[in-house]
Amino acid sequence: MKLILEDGTIFEGKSFGAPPAGGYASGEVVFNTGMVGYVESLSDPSYAGQILVLSYPLVGSYGVPERRFFESSKIQAAGLVVAEYSQNYSHHSARQSLAQWLIRSKVPAITGVDTRALTKKIREHGVMLGVIDANPVRASASGRTKFLDPNEENLVARVSTKRPETYGAGPATIVLIDCGMKENILRSLQRPGIKIIRVPWDYDFSNDAYDAIVISNGPGDPNMCPETIANVKRAMISNKPILGICLGTQLLALAGGAGTYKLKYGHRSQNQPCIDVETKRCYITSQNHGYAVDAKSLPGDWKVWFTNANDGSVEGIKHRTRPWSAVQFHPEASPGPTDTAWIFEDFLHAIPKKN
Amino acid sequence: MQYPKKTDMSALIKPRSVLLLGSGGLKIGQAGEFDYSGTQAIKALKEEGIRVVLLNPNIATVQTDENLADAVYFLPLTLQFAMQVIKKEKPEAILLGFGGQTALNLGLELQSKGILAKYKVKVLGTPISTIRNTEDRELFVKRLAEIDVKTARSFAATNIADARKAGDKIGYPVMVRAGFALGGEGSGIVRNSDELSKKLAAIFHPRPVRDAVSNGVHPQVLIEEYLGGWKEVEYEIVRDSADNCISVCNMENIDPMGIHTGESMVVAPSQTLSNEEYHRLREIAIRAIRHLGVVGECNIQYALHPKTGEYRVIEVNARLSRSSALASKATGYPLAFVATKLALGFTLPELKNSVTKTTAACFEPALDYIVLKMPRWDLTKFENAITLIGTEMKSVGEVMAIGRSFEEVLQKAIRMLSIGADGFTANKNGNFKVAQYLDEIKNPTTRRIFAIAQALRSGISPKKISSISGIDPWFLQKMENIVRYAKFLPRSDLGRKTILDAKKLGFSDIQIATLTKSTEDKVRKERKRLEILPVIKQIDTLAGEFPAKTNYLYLTYNGTENDVTRGKKSVIVLGSGPYCIGSSVEFDWSCVQALKTLSKNEYETVMINSNPETVSTDYDMSNRLYFEELSLERVLDIYEFEKSRGVVISTGGQIPNNLALPLHNNGVRILGTSPKNIDRAEDRHAFSKLLDRLDIDQPAWVELTTHKAVAREALKIGYPVLVRPSYVLSGSAMKVAYDEVSLSKFLKRATDISDEHPVVISKFIENAREIEIDGVASQGKLVIYAITEHVENAGTHSGDATVVLPAQRTYMETIRRAKQITKSIVKELKITGPFNIQFLAKDNHLQVIECNVRSSRSFPFVSKVTGYNFIDIATKAMLGKDVSGDYRTLELDFVAVKSPQFSYARIKGADPVSNVEMASTGEVVCFGDSFPEALIKAMMASGFRLPRKNILVSLSKEENRVKLLPALRELAKMKFKLFATEDTADFMNENSVACDKVYKISTKKEPGVLALIEKGNLDLIINIPTRVSDQESKDGYIIRRMAVDLNIPLITNRQLADSFIMSLAEMKPHSLKSNSLLEYSGRSR
Repeated sequence: MKLILEDGTIFEGKSFGAPPAGGYASGEVVFNTGMVGYVESLSDPSYAGQILVLSYPLVGSYGVPERRFFESSKIQAAGLVVAEYSQNYSHHSARQSLAQWLIRSKVPAITGVDTRALTKKIREHGVMLGVIDANPVRASASGRTKFLDPNEENLVARVSTKRPETYGAGPATIVLIDCGMKENILRSLQRPGIKIIRVPWDYDFSNDAYDAIVISNGPGDPNMCPETIANVKRAMISNKPILGICLGTQLLALAGGAGTYKLKYGHRSQNQPCIDVETKRCYITSQNHGYAVDAKSLPGDWKVWFTNANDGSVEGIKHRTRPWSAVQFHPEASPGPTDTAWIFEDFLHAIPKKN
Repeated sequence: MQYPKKTDMSALIKPRSVLLLGSGGLKIGQAGEFDYSGTQAIKALKEEGIRVVLLNPNIATVQTDENLADAVYFLPLTLQFAMQVIKKEKPEAILLGFGGQTALNLGLELQSKGILAKYKVKVLGTPISTIRNTEDRELFVKRLAEIDVKTARSFAATNIADARKAGDKIGYPVMVRAGFALGGEGSGIVRNSDELSKKLAAIFHPRPVRDAVSNGVHPQVLIEEYLGGWKEVEYEIVRDSADNCISVCNMENIDPMGIHTGESMVVAPSQTLSNEEYHRLREIAIRAIRHLGVVGECNIQYALHPKTGEYRVIEVNARLSRSSALASKATGYPLAFVATKLALGFTLPELKNSVTKTTAACFEPALDYIVLKMPRWDLTKFENAITLIGTEMKSVGEVMAIGRSFEEVLQKAIRMLSIGADGFTANKNGNFKVAQYLDEIKNPTTRRIFAIAQALRSGISPKKISSISGIDPWFLQKMENIVRYAKFLPRSDLGRKTILDAKKLGFSDIQIATLTKSTEDKVRKERKRLEILPVIKQIDTLAGEFPAKTNYLYLTYNGTENDVTRGKKSVIVLGSGPYCIGSSVEFDWSCVQALKTLSKNEYETVMINSNPETVSTDYDMSNRLYFEELSLERVLDIYEFEKSRGVVISTGGQIPNNLALPLHNNGVRILGTSPKNIDRAEDRHAFSKLLDRLDIDQPAWVELTTHKAVAREALKIGYPVLVRPSYVLSGSAMKVAYDEVSLSKFLKRATDISDEHPVVISKFIENAREIEIDGVASQGKLVIYAITEHVENAGTHSGDATVVLPAQRTYMETIRRAKQITKSIVKELKITGPFNIQFLAKDNHLQVIECNVRSSRSFPFVSKVTGYNFIDIATKAMLGKDVSGDYRTLELDFVAVKSPQFSYARIKGADPVSNVEMASTGEVVCFGDSFPEALIKAMMASGFRLPRKNILVSLSKEENRVKLLPALRELAKMKFKLFATEDTADFMNENSVACDKVYKISTKKEPGVLALIEKGNLDLIINIPTRVSDQESKDGYIIRRMAVDLNIPLITNRQLADSFIMSLAEMKPHSLKSNSLLEYSGRSR
């Protein structure tokens, strides 16, 4: 089995997942440098359409736990590339091996790849398209190799929930726009007295009764979601608290009049330092995004909340007068550090109290 | 959640001068890692323009080099001396976290005695109150309970009823720990309340020994929650004064709770923790450290239940530690450097990642490789030492292997230990077969890893091994992969894929040769023909996410692409490998000096070493650091890749020295003395012939292959004889036999004697003195040398001897002759570079014992005392530079004494008596205006307390008594209260030295010597054994062992006893001066 990149580079390896349908699986090849969390990452809908490369070499060691620990119902990534798949796994919570899960989810995976070399390649060339190719004959990228750009498709529509679902009971109600939501966002918001209505990405909630809005993470380019942007814009007429997470940040920014751009190779790791511009405090955050908010494009009534300590990119925005804020990283963690879980607390506190 | 606003730059603490406390002589539990942390601290302080005053008597360290700290004090790390230095230097601040427990304890004492307040010395970094909260068990538990962080439940009890109540509360099984007053005896697991009552009945039963030891303290036991078999996990946490807090590294012990971290194999990052567990423990760590208020770096240890995921915090070390040194080397994050900056008030976001130079220091390293640390034990050096491992640390060093598969790092690490093992399995050396493997897995010994290999080879399942060892099956299954492959390989086609797969599993060429009945050389050639080469990877702290300018490298077969291209005009320096008895920081010092000189001479430097507790492996010490095996295979791999100009093998001690000839035979250019000539000095036969030809005397010796021949020749040479087997089964490798009985006993027990494994016996010369010459030569011409003299007579290993420079008692004529002999050996071996020659001196007659054509243990000592950097000169000589000059090393205006640092307290059962086998783990050096001053300070620096009142004397043999009589008279004159054992007491009383007589243990008469040691408040025990027979010394052994276990100062050598007493008579404690190195050396120059 091979991983073929759009520039013609080939990485040979061995299959340990499902055989790719039709002989090969295509996607955008992205890397993540986290040392734990393959279960959470693979089930994160933000990875839809992407072939995930894990730079940590040993993968599969602790198996795969029950469904309730996933970030969505299934594996969302289009493929997985690792250096060494660990045949044996050992963990009290494990219910199956990673290979079993991949096979059951019909997701191809390849082991035996120098994932550091691959990571460096992506770093230098920027994110690339690629295919996982099971055909032993095809030795190189030829005219027949089809590289499909997942970003041309509306990935959000693919992974978003299909109909509204309600969790918990009021009095307070949060509309949670599912653009490919990680379930830990839902878990992080759930508590007594809070009703959450999880709605599809393009659901018009303007006639529904609610007290606050959360815009979730999700895959791909925010500009693929004009419906969501329009719905959020409409909601901005009222003064209800809004929290954006990851893709949700970009959507909120676009709704607020700012612009977004594609990063060269995105932020996909669990060790991204983000600095709160006001307090100068530094937080270690978990991230998975390929697009970012352009600081220069922010209208005057918005300000940068967090910046990335490594490359200075925008990691959070805040409205100067309204209760609207958003973070590019994942306060819900899973995978990754839990340092910014307080963002949910602050958001919930901002919801006006009802009896 | 609210956090305080960030402190701005104005909050920076910029003291003009800082006192840094070092860790003193290396001992078990406190080794070279503190040279690394102290050296980084000094660099971080100097960068801010702060004057650094260093107090550390360990002369073999890099941190005590003259171009680092502004003033270096080689003085005991005691209240008395620290106070004098504070008084004199008036430092504005002090750093306590960089010198291990020694520095921390001294800091606490300085604070509690009000010294810091009196002299207005500010404690930088973690506040004293936080340190106390982490050191005091009760406070620690209380503080963590405040934020709902769980610690192991524990109750103290002084009677059975209370203990049973505690047991019921906690739930069985429980761990019973006998309090300190009982010497730890009686600790163990108890499964129910009846067992508890039974066990406690024995512990609380009044026995004279115990009552005496406890000194009126009621025996107390701790009933603790039993955590045996839980996973042991550690996090290294960094926090700044503005409350930013990160976790730099997490580590998982392969050996579960119950085995000390220092005795455990450790992997980084953790391998069997899920995301939830990893981040839950991380979150708790950050919460706990914020609550405790650490500023700088600390370590937090957890027990994690393998089935439920429950956790307990075991402890927090609010200072740099062995683990933090390991974490620093494992991740590339310079923890000690960053901790120092944070102590000065910098915040994490203000600091740059000094590895990438582009990203922030406020981040958590992502690893894209796996690291395995393995402890190095050296218990075979001690007779009677117990090889079981458990809650107490016994290892003397460690290695760290880096790779991209667990199998790879495991096999690499085992080879790095340099104990003759080629890997996990497929060992040529039969020592790694373990007959009672299940026993040694269940009751772990230092050989447990080889017992596991044996069990797996015998078909025992990983599951079964896991159930008796508590090791997670994941690790054992990986180990099984290695054993399986070793079985498969001989039956395979040995094609490219098969060999490559073997290499990916960490098999060395030697192992492959062993399995396929080939040779290392043939396997290497075939491997290269098949183009199977390792790739070179960088450690960049962020798994390739950003470009990094790192020079920190490792080799792996689990990869397809090199991260670097070859360097230019490089010279390789081979490091010392793991610390062990006989090879310690002094060789790391030598390597660092060689790197510095090479760099000054515009060479690119390449360092190869496997020891994380070193300065030579710091990111800024070389142009390229390969954290790799010091094996022929690996050095060749690197040399061939780098196409280096040459290799320095003479600064890292015996491991690189042994590689000289094999490397040379493979076409490697060795700098300095020709490897053929190095071999002529190493080969006993060749060297002996050489000495004969040069007309240089040597002790008579003979090499034999049968028991009978040994016995016959021993008689001919005359007892006592020194016996040195070439193959050791167990126990020590060398022994003095005083008669036929002890000779044959030793041969039977310890060695396998055959044509292949001959035994060398030589005349053991009694009452001879030992002198050494350390020197540098260039093309067979002596350039510089220093003569040192041992206080102890021959028979004490040079590494255990008290050494004086300049020589005090050696005649000028002897020195002249030693120099002549040296010159002719240097000429004959055409030495270029460092060397060391050891002599026996009886009157003016000299015999050569051995010659090492390499840097010796004493190079930092002679360099710092004489003021000439011997390694700098040696390295220049190796580069072909002119190093001739007028070096004056004989006339010094002061005296320096080197004292050995022993770790007997840690090595249960070992006889604390100096012998032909080296037993010390470190050394200290102090200076003085006179020999007595230097000797007393040096002894104090190695932990010796000066006697105040009661001294016990027990001397075997009339000769010892007669020779010590003048010294004993001095003791009496100084009004010490003397006690002596039977014959010694009679002798002293006959010679009118008043003393109280005590009876030997075997006589069972009152007053007995044991009772005296237990409750006599002894300040010093002088026990001089005979060494003649095992039986006779049994009483002596008990006395010596008790002295160690009860922490009573002990002297076991007559010459040292004599020198010490005479020095004490001459000196007054308050006349022990506190001068810096510069103040001494300034006089000579």
